[in-house]
Amino acid sequence: MFNTRKAKPASKVAAMLLGFVGLWLVGISSVHAVIEIEITQGGESAIPIAIVPFGWSSSGSGSPPEDVAAIVSADLQRSGNFSPLNREDLIANPISGDIPRYGSWRLAGVEFLLIGSLQKSSTDYSVEFQLFDVSQQKLLTGFNFKVTDQTLRNAAHQIADEVYEEVLGIPGAFNTQIAFVSVEGSAREKSYKLQLADADGQNPQAMLTSPRPILSPSWAPDGIRIAYVSFENRNRSAIYVQDRQQGSRKKVISKEGINGAPSWSPDGKRLAVTLSYEGNPDIYVLNVDNGQTRRITTSPAIDTEAVWADDDTLIFTSDRSGGPQLYEVSSSGGRANRITFEGNYNASATVSSDGKNIAFVHGSDVGYQIGALDRESGLFLTLTDGALDESPSFAPNGQMVIYATEKAGRETLGAVSLDGSIAQSLSLDTGGVREPAWSPFTN
Amino acid sequence: MNKFASIAGTVLLSMLLVACGSNPPVPDEVDSSISGAVVNPVTIDGIDDGTLIDPDSIAGRAPKERVIFFDFNKSEIRPEYLDIITQHGRYLAQNPTGRARLEGHTDERGTREYNIALGESRAKTIARMLQLQGVSSAQLRSVSYGEELPVDPAHNEAAWDKNRRVNIIYEVEAQN
Repeated sequence: MFNTRKAKPASKVAAMLLGFVGLWLVGISSVHAVIEIEITQGGESAIPIAIVPFGWSSSGSGSPPEDVAAIVSADLQRSGNFSPLNREDLIANPISGDIPRYGSWRLAGVEFLLIGSLQKSSTDYSVEFQLFDVSQQKLLTGFNFKVTDQTLRNAAHQIADEVYEEVLGIPGAFNTQIAFVSVEGSAREKSYKLQLADADGQNPQAMLTSPRPILSPSWAPDGIRIAYVSFENRNRSAIYVQDRQQGSRKKVISKEGINGAPSWSPDGKRLAVTLSYEGNPDIYVLNVDNGQTRRITTSPAIDTEAVWADDDTLIFTSDRSGGPQLYEVSSSGGRANRITFEGNYNASATVSSDGKNIAFVHGSDVGYQIGALDRESGLFLTLTDGALDESPSFAPNGQMVIYATEKAGRETLGAVSLDGSIAQSLSLDTGGVREPAWSPFTN
Repeated sequence: MNKFASIAGTVLLSMLLVACGSNPPVPDEVDSSISGAVVNPVTIDGIDDGTLIDPDSIAGRAPKERVIFFDFNKSEIRPEYLDIITQHGRYLAQNPTGRARLEGHTDERGTREYNIALGESRAKTIARMLQLQGVSSAQLRSVSYGEELPVDPAHNEAAWDKNRRVNIIYEVEAQN
């Protein structure tokens, strides 16, 4: 997945400080709860880009159903890597088919120019875009999509992905989704929902609603099946696998004691899980098709929260040395090796898709924050500054980590770049949100 | 993603060729398969919690102190609760048809799944003490909710003190 072609030389990247704290609401058209996204910290080397409102043509009357340029612009701005020109500062409004006046755009201080058009036909839409390099005065890429009302926003996210990859040499993760758990209602009557939303917080949809706790959602690599823990039976927890498209669900394990922390293997056939029916919490690997389990750890301590570093390796939390620390073990069992040594609380790991970085909950005197470890160099960095940050999950392109945090007494989600320089927060207007899990690439 | 990338490559090439000339660039027609998120929801309901307890039943006559509190990150029993646990042990041993569910809970600090494990450890500590007094393992059931069901949802020491607990819940006869 990783690709470093055309990595941008640092000298070409304009050093522009995004000195704003922007707050905007998205989801005005949504009938569901609204998710607010706030950029709390911008990148210090954001690339200036002009994103011109897309041309619009339709056989009938009416305005475009979505402002495609605004969606692309919000995506790129949210990444912290780009600084889109304000609309009122655009010097011209070219659309697809126009030849850019490169000299004028260069004077306006932008390095890249994105233009496009949206056309309505009887049943669907056709959207096209072109991305230009202003200083080299050339077209970099362009596409034409056929889309429907339902997929127009996805097309806009895909355009943002293309721009991101073309300029930075890293795949974008805008056309992806976030799974999370929301909690609403009074202490006496609660409603837990396992929800999916687009990566920009739009279009939240509940795939499971329950009066009892739901936790630990994990995406299968196919982006369709999701495993989670449900307490719908009050005597015993259970791990379910649900197909979000079919709406079908299967209880894959429910033993005496703990049934927790499911995590899909990269091949999509197995789940690493925590079970305690043999005495105390240990890591097991469960074959999803035939239900067979294989015990991986046997320590008398707490072993839990296993995730896959690759097809053959698990990283998990254990308090075998006293407090919780991260360990690595073969997915067929054997000796576990400790991999975190900074401080006395490191738990709940997430691994970047290239396996080079892990992020986890790092507890210290100042609370619980998200920490990251570069596996090769051993460099440890604290990425966040909350008091109760938890549940980190890597974006599929490895550039951001989404996590749960608490802000003004409310459960919200935060996202932070791997160097800690870019941060944003997502909150639900109707209740708490927790346990985010970023989807794999779905195309 | 790979398919998309290869399409991108083809289009890019043709675009670059076009861009070399002076004609305005017009993209090729590419039918990329964009799919929106499809979700088919599931709703769980009809869970019945409200069973009235007959005051003359085993559950109704059980010792009234039924919550044991714990120190942060610990599953050891604080000395002041030994007496309460002893009362329950004696009662369950004398009433072998009585059933109790031990619900372990933690405060919100630390990760959710680790707290599930910590809550279970608290429940099992009490289960072991009850069994030492002659309570049968068949009479007891341990379940941990970790930090999921706080008594007090506030984010402070006073709330955390109340949330680190094991609830001893007597199950109503002929229900399970």
